[in-house]
Amino acid sequence: MQALIQLMRDVFPSIPAAIEPYLATAVLLIAAFVLVVFAAIYAGVFIFFERRIAGRIMSRVGPNRVGPHGLLQFIADAVKLMIKEDIIPEAADRPLFRLAPYLVFMGVVAGFVVIPVSPHIIAADLNIGLLYVLAITSIAVVGVLMSGWASNSKWALFGGMRSAAQIVSYEIPNGLALLPAVLLSGTMSTQGIILAQGGAPNAPFYLAGGVPWNWYLFHSPMTMALFVVYMLAALAEGARIPFDLPEGESELVSGYNTEYSGFRFGAYFTAEFAHTWIAAGLAVIVFLGGWQVPFVQASTILNSQGWSMVGFEILAMTMFMAKMVAVIFIIIQLRWTLPRVRVDQMMVICWKYLLPITFVAVFLVLGWMLVLPWESPVAIAIRILMVVSALAVLGHYIKRVHYAILAAHDQAWMSFKVLPKFWI
Amino acid sequence: MSHSPVATYFLNIKNSLVSSMEGMAVTMSWLFRKPYTVQYPYAPVEPNKRLGGPETLPERYRGFLEVDIDICTACLACERACPIECIRIDVEKRVQAHDPEQKEQRMLVRFDIDMAKCMFCGLCSEPCPTGAIRHTGHFEAPVTSTEHLYMRFVDPAKPRLPYKVKKGEEPVTKPKGQIAQALYVDRKWNQGPIDFPEIPKAPVEPPPA
Repeated sequence: MQALIQLMRDVFPSIPAAIEPYLATAVLLIAAFVLVVFAAIYAGVFIFFERRIAGRIMSRVGPNRVGPHGLLQFIADAVKLMIKEDIIPEAADRPLFRLAPYLVFMGVVAGFVVIPVSPHIIAADLNIGLLYVLAITSIAVVGVLMSGWASNSKWALFGGMRSAAQIVSYEIPNGLALLPAVLLSGTMSTQGIILAQGGAPNAPFYLAGGVPWNWYLFHSPMTMALFVVYMLAALAEGARIPFDLPEGESELVSGYNTEYSGFRFGAYFTAEFAHTWIAAGLAVIVFLGGWQVPFVQASTILNSQGWSMVGFEILAMTMFMAKMVAVIFIIIQLRWTLPRVRVDQMMVICWKYLLPITFVAVFLVLGWMLVLPWESPVAIAIRILMVVSALAVLGHYIKRVHYAILAAHDQAWMSFKVLPKFWI
Repeated sequence: MSHSPVATYFLNIKNSLVSSMEGMAVTMSWLFRKPYTVQYPYAPVEPNKRLGGPETLPERYRGFLEVDIDICTACLACERACPIECIRIDVEKRVQAHDPEQKEQRMLVRFDIDMAKCMFCGLCSEPCPTGAIRHTGHFEAPVTSTEHLYMRFVDPAKPRLPYKVKKGEEPVTKPKGQIAQALYVDRKWNQGPIDFPEIPKAPVEPPPA
């Protein structure tokens, strides 16, 4: 608040001191409103893409009736949810039942505050950004448990308990997997972590900006392993397949939100899908260099003025969004690839595999930092080697995709070529 | 083959990663293919044509009704036979304008079939003396509203003389299915609302005392 008032004094010196607190409050409220609207619209667009991709994976078309290519389907769904009857069960604990969805929604949207889209577009660059986002998104578990209890339904209670167990367990590998970034950059601020992945201020152009060998993902084999660990833990935190046990529609009807309908169900739904923005955003910020533009020094972007600043902002935003789309696509594709794990398997994955791996990897990263400083030629060579090996894995993956296409075309029932061309 | 616990641990990690990647390769490959789903009725599917056409269906297959109005004798046998009254025929005595004798003649004013109601029992086509009303091999008619299935075989503005059967002469009819093809198949499925012209209602019979 004080910082905001100071900023207003700097930019608009003519504002009378009496209205400064009110103006600052209004600015904060507008920022909060923008964040909530952004979260809701993002969730809608995400649902659209998820449904379209799921459709194509199942050889369907997916929603394509409302708007161009079905793009406005989520608005139709939201309107439908809002005008539905709002049912509260007879035996439910009414105050808790009403409060729970907003806690979940608040916990997720509050995480949006520290996700920077570009050098300047960020709601608040907290110096404890990572800690804040890990802590605030965990508030959702309170809401989930609350809804499970307040619904007074067995399915909901099972879902809530499972969700609590899952989120509390996966918090540990989730937080530990992000630790190397804090160690390497020396800060918890999200912008600071991104800036630290831009190379030294006087680095030659091939080491400057967001080139892949400046990303923490390719720092060492350990960070690559931690990236996988983080993605798994983030999926579990967001209760997405293969860790969607809290919902488990084949076992628990719909889990903790079984008894909800109408707008409150919509709040759960939005929060669940908006959480992917935080999960993917943290992956991009911590491991994939955030908005850093390749071969451009971050200081050049930050010190630019006028139209070049606008251009750099758009360029940086494009970089960030491209990485976000890639990570979100992987999240969606994993959902339609993997089956749901059992409860015991979920716990085994967390405590027997992810947790030891993170501990070992974090300690190895510490040793690596002692032996090989970031700017040493050997470290740079290893980072480039890591990029090359990742490209090799990607190449192998593309080969397997090609093989799967060829293998399916041999099957007689899959003769798509005779079908007339259509796309509506 | 059994491994030591340590080897099993690392094999599990390797297998989960490799099999996840294989699964993702398979799901990814589907994104490069056309969906199998067909956007009916936007996409031309023509199930009848795929089956080989209406001629390949059995002779007594009961598809959509068609009426060759040129050989209809207006005997009302089909209207009486219909158990759900989806056929409506109006016959009036009128004087033909060009008739020199100014004689009153039976005129076919209306011949409507509500195909949305029809249950395809075939009872109408059996008593027909000339074979004017008959089931065809057509069965596909997607429409946006059931009123598009209300079929009108006589233009109310142009009443017509019924066909008169002559001895020793077989009625000449169009090939079976030709009328239905034009009525049901060769039309746009998403046509606008139908503008039915006003027809004077037939007098309502007083209920039996």
